[in-house]
Amino acid sequence: MIEFRRAGFSLPGGRTLLSEINLRIERGETVALIGRSGSGKTTLLKLINRLLDPTAGDVRVEGRSTLDWDPIALRRRLGYVIQETGLFPHFTIERNVGVVPRLEGWPAERIQQRVLEMMQLVGLPPGEVASRRPHELSGGQRQRAGVARALAADPPILLMDEPFGALDPITRAELQREFRSLATSLGKTIVFVTHDIREAVRLGSRIALLEEGRLVAAHAARDFMNASDPRIRQFLAAAGDSVPGTSPPFPEGPE
Amino acid sequence: MDLVNYLLRNGHRVLSLTLEHLELVGVAIGAATAIGIPLGVAAARRPALKRWALGFANVMQTVPSLALFGFLIPATGIGAPTAIIALALYALLPILRNTCVGIAGVDRAVIEAARGMGMTRRQMLWEVELPLAMGVILAGVRVAAVTSVGVATIAAAVGAGGLGTFIFQGLTMVNNTVILAGAVPAAILAILADLGFGWIERRLGAAFGTL
Repeated sequence: MIEFRRAGFSLPGGRTLLSEINLRIERGETVALIGRSGSGKTTLLKLINRLLDPTAGDVRVEGRSTLDWDPIALRRRLGYVIQETGLFPHFTIERNVGVVPRLEGWPAERIQQRVLEMMQLVGLPPGEVASRRPHELSGGQRQRAGVARALAADPPILLMDEPFGALDPITRAELQREFRSLATSLGKTIVFVTHDIREAVRLGSRIALLEEGRLVAAHAARDFMNASDPRIRQFLAAAGDSVPGTSPPFPEGPE
Repeated sequence: MDLVNYLLRNGHRVLSLTLEHLELVGVAIGAATAIGIPLGVAAARRPALKRWALGFANVMQTVPSLALFGFLIPATGIGAPTAIIALALYALLPILRNTCVGIAGVDRAVIEAARGMGMTRRQMLWEVELPLAMGVILAGVRVAAVTSVGVATIAAAVGAGGLGTFIFQGLTMVNNTVILAGAVPAAILAILADLGFGWIERRLGAAFGTL
């Protein structure tokens, strides 16, 4: 479904952000990209929807190199959720959620219907928030709206960049739980970026660890936690230290 | 009291000069907006164009207004066209600059979301960038309009009429009442322009939920 073949990305100035990435993501998988800040997670995600073009190797979506895709058509097949601020501040929530169907030229009635469904799906009461603007919503509601918007045109693939990063721990846990059941029931291919190992374990069927622009490992969530690779152990140890109350091996697996 | 009497006795002329004044300013601001906003949008994405366009508009603004009108006479002669060109050149800078600043100031995350949603460049401009920059752009048009109302009094010096006619007439007659008959309505027009654009800004701000 998504495949990186020795893909790399360097800035015009020559600084290399990603190199030699080989990763195959199958249909229906939920892959967590994890790593420290600056490890290249977000860059990797942007190579999928062609917000960036690879400067080396190849990135393929549905069997075709992203460079052969029309970027607009490609992006409309990929739901995209970014942290907190991605909603259009001048649109109502209803208009925000319906933006891709509208760009795709759906008839107004169908858009309205779809927006309603999406809002119910992500747990937003339409009567209460549909005509509000993003700044009138809570952080959790905004994030739900972001997910609803990404799902509205029913894309087969969902890309999420730190989707729950800006939320308080309780709201985050709640959204993670809901998102997990949503992901299972929708059967979408999901790639999400996080720096929170617990989130990666809760949501990901597979976890890919990036370090300084290189893919260190990609394992099923359970194997990842028990991997003997010293770089994974090191990352888990560092993450465990920084998260009070958790130390590897992790007591909680996927719920 | 003299002024009120004078205005009452010359009511018809005051009205027609005021309308002439409004016409000069209106056409000039319309032209400056029609050039300034597209140019500003283009310049916001191209640093080289931005440097040139803002440089040109800056230079125009530094030319003393009376001189600017004078410089144009050999090219465009005496009359309204000269005045309108001079006023438009004068009004270009605030509109152009605010358009650049407004477009460049749109939240990067929102732009990225728009790209990620698969908006075309044109859709991003019309649906996201222009609406979100509208407050800043309008503020530029407002400044340009208010300034132009004042500067347009000089138009009378190149035979383009307007409320400056009273002012120059008063100057030659050494008659303060006649000068004020031009200056006071011009000041009132400037205040009304400011209030009017302020109102539009607030209305659009409420409509877009941005201000």
